[in-house]
Amino acid sequence: MGGLSIRGLTRSFPGQGAAGPTLALQPTDLDVAPGEFVSILGPSGCGKSTLLRIVAGLDRGTAGTVRLAGRQVTGPGPERGMVFQSYTLFPWLTVEQNILFGLRERKVPAEEARAIATKYIARTGLKGFENHWPRQLSGGMQQRTALARALANDPAILLLDEPFGALDHQTRELMQELLLEVWGADTPETRKTVLFVTHDIDEAIFLANRVLVMSARPGRVKAEVEVPLPYPRDWTVKTTVVFAELKARLMAEIREEVRKAALA
Amino acid sequence: MEPLKPVSAPARIALGIGFFVLFIGAWALATETGLVQPLFLASPQKALQAGYSLFTEYNFAGDVGMTVWRVLGGFVLASLVAVPLGLAMGAYKGIEAFFEPFISFARYLPASAFIPLLILWAGVGEAQKLSLIFLGSVFQIVIMVAVIAGATRRDLVEAAYTLGARQGGILKRVIIPAAAPQVMEALRLVLGWAWTYVIVAELIGAQSGIGHMIMDSQRLLDTGQMIFGIVVIGLIGLVTDFLFKALNRRLFRWAVL
Repeated sequence: MGGLSIRGLTRSFPGQGAAGPTLALQPTDLDVAPGEFVSILGPSGCGKSTLLRIVAGLDRGTAGTVRLAGRQVTGPGPERGMVFQSYTLFPWLTVEQNILFGLRERKVPAEEARAIATKYIARTGLKGFENHWPRQLSGGMQQRTALARALANDPAILLLDEPFGALDHQTRELMQELLLEVWGADTPETRKTVLFVTHDIDEAIFLANRVLVMSARPGRVKAEVEVPLPYPRDWTVKTTVVFAELKARLMAEIREEVRKAALA
Repeated sequence: MEPLKPVSAPARIALGIGFFVLFIGAWALATETGLVQPLFLASPQKALQAGYSLFTEYNFAGDVGMTVWRVLGGFVLASLVAVPLGLAMGAYKGIEAFFEPFISFARYLPASAFIPLLILWAGVGEAQKLSLIFLGSVFQIVIMVAVIAGATRRDLVEAAYTLGARQGGILKRVIIPAAAPQVMEALRLVLGWAWTYVIVAELIGAQSGIGHMIMDSQRLLDTGQMIFGIVVIGLIGLVTDFLFKALNRRLFRWAVL
C-alpha cells in the first residue's frame, strides 16, 4: 500500500460577471503515509472539502497533482472510498444491498461479496439491520452503513467529509469511537489511510495522529500538529492533559481563521 | 379546522363519500322535481336504467372493452417510446439539448386537432385511435421523465462513482432506480389524460367504444345513456388510478409508508 502525495494542488472557480476567479485552494503540498489517520480542520468555506473532493476525483484541481501509491488521480475510483456529510445511501437498496453496491460494480463473485458484506455489517454494529431500508434507519445507523459500504471495497484510502456533521452530539461521540474501533481492527501494518475533514476540534484530535489546520479562504495548510496519544483510544483521552493542551493550541489557530473568514 | 392538520381516516372516508351523496342528491332533486327538464338532464334513476339496458340489450360491455383496449394500447406504445427517451434526455444533456426544444413545441400541439389528418393518414380504424392517444401522451411523458431523471440527487451519483461505478452503472443502478417511482407517478397522471383523448377519438369516425355510444345517444336525445357513459368513464378512471397506486406502493416499498 502506498501513501498519498499532493503537490501544488490549486483550485479556483471561475468568477461571475465582472468578478475575477475565486481562489478556493492555494497551492498545497501534502504527504500522507500509508496507515496514517489525518484530520483536516478548518473554518467552513476554507476549501477543506474541495481538497477532499479532488482527492476523491469528484472535482479537479486547476493546477497541481494528486498521486495515490504513485498513480495519478484523474477521476473517482473504488480505491478511494468516501463517506459524505449528507446521507447518501441508495434509498431503494437495503442496508446489505447498499454495502454490496461497490462489490457488484466491480463484479466480485456473489458468494465472496456476501462474506465481505457480512464482515463489515458485524464490524459496524449493523447486525439485525441487514434488510432495513435506509429510511427506517437513524442518522447514525445510516452513516455506519455508509462507512461499511466504503470499506467493503477495501480502499487504499478512506476519505471522510464531515461524516458525523449532521448527527447529534452524543451519537457523534459514539460514532467517533466506532470509527476508531473499525479502523483499529486491522493490524497497524494494514490499517487504512484516512483523511478526515471536520470543523470540530475535539473530533479532529480524538481521531487522528496528525491534525492539519487550514486557513480561511483561500485555503492553505497553515499549521500541522502531531497527536502523541497512543491507539487504541477511548473517550477518556478527551479528559487528559495532553488532549487539553492540543485543544488549546488548535483553538488559538482556528479562532484566528474563523475571525478572518467572518470578516471576509 | 386547523390549517394543515390531518384528519382521521374514518373522517376522511366519510367526507369523501359525503360529497358524492350530496352531489347525487342535488342531481336527483333537480331532476325529480322537474326543475330541469328530462330532455336536458336525466334523473339518476333514469341514468341507471339506461345503463342496465345498455349492458343487457346493446352489448355495452363490448364498447367498454374496446375503449379500454384503445387507451391501454396507445398509452403503452407511447410509454415504450417516451420513457427510454426521457431517461436518456435526463441523463445526457447533449441528447436533451437535441430533443427538448422540439418536444416542448410538440407537446403544445392539441392532439385532437390531428384527428382530420390522422383519418387521412390512417383511416377511421384502430390505427387512427391508437395514434391519437400516442400523440397525446408521448410528448408529455418524455418531458416529465426527462425532468425527473435530470433531477437525480447529485450526491447519490457521486457516492456511486466513489464506489467504483462507471457511466453505465450510474444510469442503470442510480438514475433509473432513483427515478422509477416518480416516473410511474407521471405515467399514472398521463394515463388519466389518455382517457380524455380516446373519447374524442371515438366521437369522430368510430363504430364502437364508449365515445361512439355517447354520440349515438345524442342522436336519440337519450341523456340517461350519455350520463351513464360518462360516469362509466369516470369509474374506470378511478379503478385504474387505484390499481396504479397500489402497484406503485408494492413496487416501491422503499419510498413510501
